[in-house]
Amino acid sequence: MKTHSVPQFPQLVGESRRANVDRLGSARFEESPQLAGGFFKVWTIALNTFKEAVRDRILYAILIFALVMLAGSAILVTISVSGEGTIIKHLGLACISIFGTLIALFLGIGLVSKEIEKRTVYTIISKPIHRYQFILGKYLGLLLTLLVNIGIMALVLFGLAYLWEGISSPRLLLAVLFIFLELMIVTALVMLFSTFSSPALSAIFTLCLVVAGHLSADLRLFAARFGSAATRLLAEALYFLLPNLSRLNFKDQAVHGLGVNAGIAALSFSYALLYVAALVLAAMTLFQWRDFK
Amino acid sequence: MRRAVRAGAVSMTAIETENLTKEYRTGFLRKRICVLSGLNLVVRRGEIFGYLGPNGAGKTTTLKLLMGLVRPTSGNAKVLEQPLGDVRAKQQVGFLPEQPYFYDYLTGRELLNFYGQLVRLRRSDRQERIEELAHQLHIESALDLPLRKYSKGMLQRIGLVQALLNDPKVVLLDEPMSGLDPIGRREVRDLLLRLKEEGRTVFFSSHVIPDVEMVCDRVGILVSGRLVAHGPLDEMLEAKVASIEVTVSRFPREMLHELDPLLVRKPLTRGERLLLTVKDEVILADLLARLADQKACVHSIIPQREGLEEYFLRHVQPRAGP
Repeated sequence: MKTHSVPQFPQLVGESRRANVDRLGSARFEESPQLAGGFFKVWTIALNTFKEAVRDRILYAILIFALVMLAGSAILVTISVSGEGTIIKHLGLACISIFGTLIALFLGIGLVSKEIEKRTVYTIISKPIHRYQFILGKYLGLLLTLLVNIGIMALVLFGLAYLWEGISSPRLLLAVLFIFLELMIVTALVMLFSTFSSPALSAIFTLCLVVAGHLSADLRLFAARFGSAATRLLAEALYFLLPNLSRLNFKDQAVHGLGVNAGIAALSFSYALLYVAALVLAAMTLFQWRDFK
Repeated sequence: MRRAVRAGAVSMTAIETENLTKEYRTGFLRKRICVLSGLNLVVRRGEIFGYLGPNGAGKTTTLKLLMGLVRPTSGNAKVLEQPLGDVRAKQQVGFLPEQPYFYDYLTGRELLNFYGQLVRLRRSDRQERIEELAHQLHIESALDLPLRKYSKGMLQRIGLVQALLNDPKVVLLDEPMSGLDPIGRREVRDLLLRLKEEGRTVFFSSHVIPDVEMVCDRVGILVSGRLVAHGPLDEMLEAKVASIEVTVSRFPREMLHELDPLLVRKPLTRGERLLLTVKDEVILADLLARLADQKACVHSIIPQREGLEEYFLRHVQPRAGP
């Protein structure tokens, strides 16, 4: 019987590299406390959501349009009789508010529903992550996107206001902050709808609620004056249920340089955060029980 | 020694389901549709379990239930001794969905990095691990392409990479060979065997029988939401009676009718030779005795084992009708 010696091939580069994945227990993981690890996962999702938005052309379309409008307001000033900076501030803040809402809407309507429809959610939820962490991450990611965009628009506005008035008032910053708070509510609303309905319906629902939210105080006032008891009750209920967005409007104070009551501002601030917390919790709960068919 | 270690591992269960049932409600009237009813299944650690069934049998639903993507209507299941959807279990499980789809604005590398962060792979090893797995699945050269440019086969490969990223003890793969060319299918088959060798448990679904037949230790057959058969592949096939084919020549044709009672099929003539088919070994002995009496020449005796395909068809067909 012939004896063969098995030829010994030199270890290839690929072979030696392969050694570290071809064995159970070959991977090493970060060791961190549970809370920190959880936050890191949320942040990972948020950054990826931000990345998605940044690579989306629609964001640039809206942003460029907003900047053109801002610049346009400066031209309006030059041809207006008084030539005051109030017009710039007025138009500028309106611009930030409107285009911020548009960004929140366009990116928010598919925030969750698109993930489910395109089945990208499968591979994420099957990773070691809680469903609520996914929702929180998506929300923070869209907020980050809004923060950057509002920041850019605000910088341009501050620049223009500085050119016309020499100094930018801190009230302008306050007004922008409250616009951002309003957008936090809008984003939470649209995300909530996005967890259970289609993009088109989410857009319609959110728009209706945003408009109603701006008018709910007027509605209540109107019903109190002219309505029957039942109408008053309904208006009252709507007033407390709907997001009271008119409370977050500090634009007039900023434009006309009126005093701002710190107590009222603090109350409005807390109100917005509580409302956001409730909406995000609702979205998490709905998402928790959803089946990904 | 290696065998002893493996035998110890096999006694433990990786996946266990108990009356796992899923109903969906569809349409305006919220009509109930039962997708999976009363599934009782045990997948042992270290084995390759093939989950077979025609389209729409409930295979994907089972996998989604196991990953916590849908919730059971009733019943229960455990993956690595943890309840469904548990994060600790998911840390040790890899999952490839059917026809996977990923964020197409990312490149392959960015996507795998994202998943690597979600499973908390150590930062210093993450790149290396991604590249090594990509190298093994032959997708290395496409890592820096955006995913929207990936073909179906490439998506499948990157899907396998992401499923293995966390060094999983259990791998759940939904139709891992769909969308692949014959070379790709063989590669996946080899991959499954290698994963088993590495000590991982593989549970995969398929409706392509040869793929399953070649690699699985045990299989389960699912038809219309019910598990109609499961068990070790060899037992399942061997227990079912095969037939035995005997090739003969120089057997007088006029004597042929005498053999008829022994045969399960009419004799086939191929030139000089005759092909005789009998049911089992007992009858074979009888036949061979008679052949010897006539001084016939026997060329071959080939037992026909029932393939998984026949077995599958036999189980599917009675229920397939409306």
